[in-house]
Amino acid sequence: MSFWSRHQIFEKNSIILIAGILVVIAIGGLVEITPLFYLKSTIEVVDGVRPYTPLELAGRNVYVREGCYLCHSQMVRPLRDEVERYGHFSLAAESMYDHPFQWGSKRTGPDLARVGAKYSDEWHVTHLNNPRAIVPQSVMPGYPFLAKTEVDSEAIADHLKTNRAVGVPYTNEQIANAEADLKAQADPDNVGTDAFAKRYPKAVVRNFDGKGGAPTEMDALIAYLQMLGTLVDFKLYNEKANLR
Amino acid sequence: MQRESHMQQTQSTKWMTHGEAGLMLFFSMAAYVCAFAAPMALDAPFAFHASLAAVASGAAAFAIVNRYFDRQAALPPQEINGKPNYNLGPIKFASFMAMFWGIAGFAVGLMIACELAWPALNLDLPWTSFGRLRPLHTSAVIFAFGGNVLIATSFYVVQRTCRTRLAGDLAPWFVVLGYNFFIVIAGTGYLLGVTQSKEYAEPEWYADLWLTIVWVVYLLVFVMTLVKRKEPHIFVANWFYLAFIVTIAVLHLGNNPALPVSVFGSKSYIAWGGVQDAMFQWWYGHNAVGFFLTAGFLAIMYYFIPKRAERPIYSYRLSIIHFWALIFLYIWAGPHHLHYTALPDWAQTLGMTFSVMLWMPSWGGMINGLMTLSGAWDKLRTDPVLRMLVVSVAFYGMSTFEGPMMAIKVVNSLSHYTDWTIGHVHSGALGWVGFVSFGALYCLVPWLWGRKELYSLKLVNWHFWISTIGIVLYISAMWVSGILQGLMWRAYTSLGFLEYSFIETVEAMHPFYIIRAAGGALFLIGALIMAYNLWMTVRAGEADVATELALQPAE
Amino acid sequence: MKAILTVHNLASNLVTSLWTPIFVGLFIAIVIYALWPRNRAAFDEASRLPLRED
Repeated sequence: MSFWSRHQIFEKNSIILIAGILVVIAIGGLVEITPLFYLKSTIEVVDGVRPYTPLELAGRNVYVREGCYLCHSQMVRPLRDEVERYGHFSLAAESMYDHPFQWGSKRTGPDLARVGAKYSDEWHVTHLNNPRAIVPQSVMPGYPFLAKTEVDSEAIADHLKTNRAVGVPYTNEQIANAEADLKAQADPDNVGTDAFAKRYPKAVVRNFDGKGGAPTEMDALIAYLQMLGTLVDFKLYNEKANLR
Repeated sequence: MQRESHMQQTQSTKWMTHGEAGLMLFFSMAAYVCAFAAPMALDAPFAFHASLAAVASGAAAFAIVNRYFDRQAALPPQEINGKPNYNLGPIKFASFMAMFWGIAGFAVGLMIACELAWPALNLDLPWTSFGRLRPLHTSAVIFAFGGNVLIATSFYVVQRTCRTRLAGDLAPWFVVLGYNFFIVIAGTGYLLGVTQSKEYAEPEWYADLWLTIVWVVYLLVFVMTLVKRKEPHIFVANWFYLAFIVTIAVLHLGNNPALPVSVFGSKSYIAWGGVQDAMFQWWYGHNAVGFFLTAGFLAIMYYFIPKRAERPIYSYRLSIIHFWALIFLYIWAGPHHLHYTALPDWAQTLGMTFSVMLWMPSWGGMINGLMTLSGAWDKLRTDPVLRMLVVSVAFYGMSTFEGPMMAIKVVNSLSHYTDWTIGHVHSGALGWVGFVSFGALYCLVPWLWGRKELYSLKLVNWHFWISTIGIVLYISAMWVSGILQGLMWRAYTSLGFLEYSFIETVEAMHPFYIIRAAGGALFLIGALIMAYNLWMTVRAGEADVATELALQPAE
Repeated sequence: MKAILTVHNLASNLVTSLWTPIFVGLFIAIVIYALWPRNRAAFDEASRLPLRED
């Protein structure tokens, strides 16, 4: 028995083969992933970044459900043309409350990381109902059913609670008032808008879909799109503090 | 194992095996729980899936009892006349499902390709829009078609190269049926808007849990078959299959921990957030390519090419090096999907370095596959099945050259987010995974059903050429459109302004989207020809009298 | 800043100083084993596994 023939254990013993495979594949994942949990630039809070309002979260869930991420990225790269086309490159902190992340991998349509406040609500309503009514060359599907579907506001508190369980810092007050806040954000005449504004400073209150009645998925999705990339004030942002 | 001893005692009186009784109990309880959950559901898709699960579990429990009453006292023997009594039933089922899902997946792919060329085809309905059909396409081709091919071939290869019957009595059936049930849940979920939006890991929490159970049983069946093998050596194809099964389990668990909003609802939130989620996702995503679409199908290459060419693999030693180098390196390469993003630079650089190094083992594997034909190249002229297998390896070589190149940051800054990526994926998916799977199924079906040969080699030839033209159209259209779009995005006028608005770049894609759809249509036509050919092989093929494969009792 | 450097060092230490040599060593051992002349016959035998009919 030479030393080398002992290595036949790999071929002759399936359990050792499994162990070998596990060790080899574990190490790559561990080295790359674990530092991300304590690296400063990946976990640091940047001024202005806050958890989503209930309406925005509901809108984000529509965004996820319809698979928008398959054609729209939410990640501006620090390349000259991208910064000029879309705005400041994306920071890690800007997606820190995203469960799941929506960076995307394909731009059949433009990047949306900074689409917030670029277009009017009416533009979005018309565009989502029929993209080619506004952009004739667009290949985007129409989503007329969003305006006809009410948001499930009753369940939203549970959604906030679940988000808190996975690490989003919602307060007890935000969770308790989630349903009221969801309705208030889509209705400027609502009595709860002041309380809402206190819980989510700088969040926008508007009738996003331009229609009365209970908030629709159109309201929610537009509320989400209109806040994308608007949380960090880059006039005040100190790049040096966030070296990555 | 346990069953064997059990069998001895039950020569005369018939008993339910532990497996039968346990599984029947499990499915009865599952049917009860799901029937209870369905009316409690918070959303319609969950109610639908719970009902489906209740019906499927009830049917499974009934089928087990039914089989018990129909079967003889003794279970199928391990050997007949000193020869292994191979278990082929589950393999036949998985092969059939592979062909079925393949055609479904290619058809949905053609549909969404057409939607990009002619957006009116989205119909403005939720369940026909691109965003819901695209995951259906990717899951149907990767997990439904590819997965069934891998399960079928792995169950076949492990039995033949270990010279022993597949471990377990009901377990192999549990794997193939359970896996396909997972596909149904996942696929119908996408149409109904149930997704966790992680690419290639879209199924929601309950589908993920079910897949975990099925996958563990799959691993057990495979390993227990290896354990009771009659050959001293574990053939290298089995190493690749094992790496595929083990790693996919690890990736699946790492990428999918999610907290459901309610146990009676489909929506969940993933445990990871932001950058961490991105890193987990592409660690998963890239290694799904590396271990599902590469290691698993390399196993097919290492068994089916030597078998079909009737020559041993070019270098068995190279295959050992190939195996270890591949799994050493692949696992690091994920971050190249996140170049220039908010992921820390050191992780990006690490991903790039290992991606470039991956080129070497990949080409080592390609050379090993291709050189197996040395001295028998003339067979390529006469045997279109072998030609398909060999061309698949050539496509593998091409994609694994292109991949490392696109992982270089400078190249990636141009190619990322464009159709170049889509083209790259499809040169691997259609050329490598598709062709090697077709080749394997063309070999497997006559073997499984005891036919002398395929119904028609001429039709295989047609399939080969139609699909090859389809692939060439597809990938060249995507190269041109991808590079064109990447260049247009970064084009500046002489005054220093961006030259093109985004929508101008979309407009420029239109002709290439049509060419791509045409390529996809050809690929689908090829697959339809194949399905007809295989169907006729089973129905009308000449029985191979020399075959020693005993027909299995129907279950 | 210091925190970043510490973690970065930790990560790169892990990559460069500890695991890389171990894995490179392990891999070289596998390569030598695969190419060791005495193992040739066994491998040639193994490569014929799929072709043997039972």
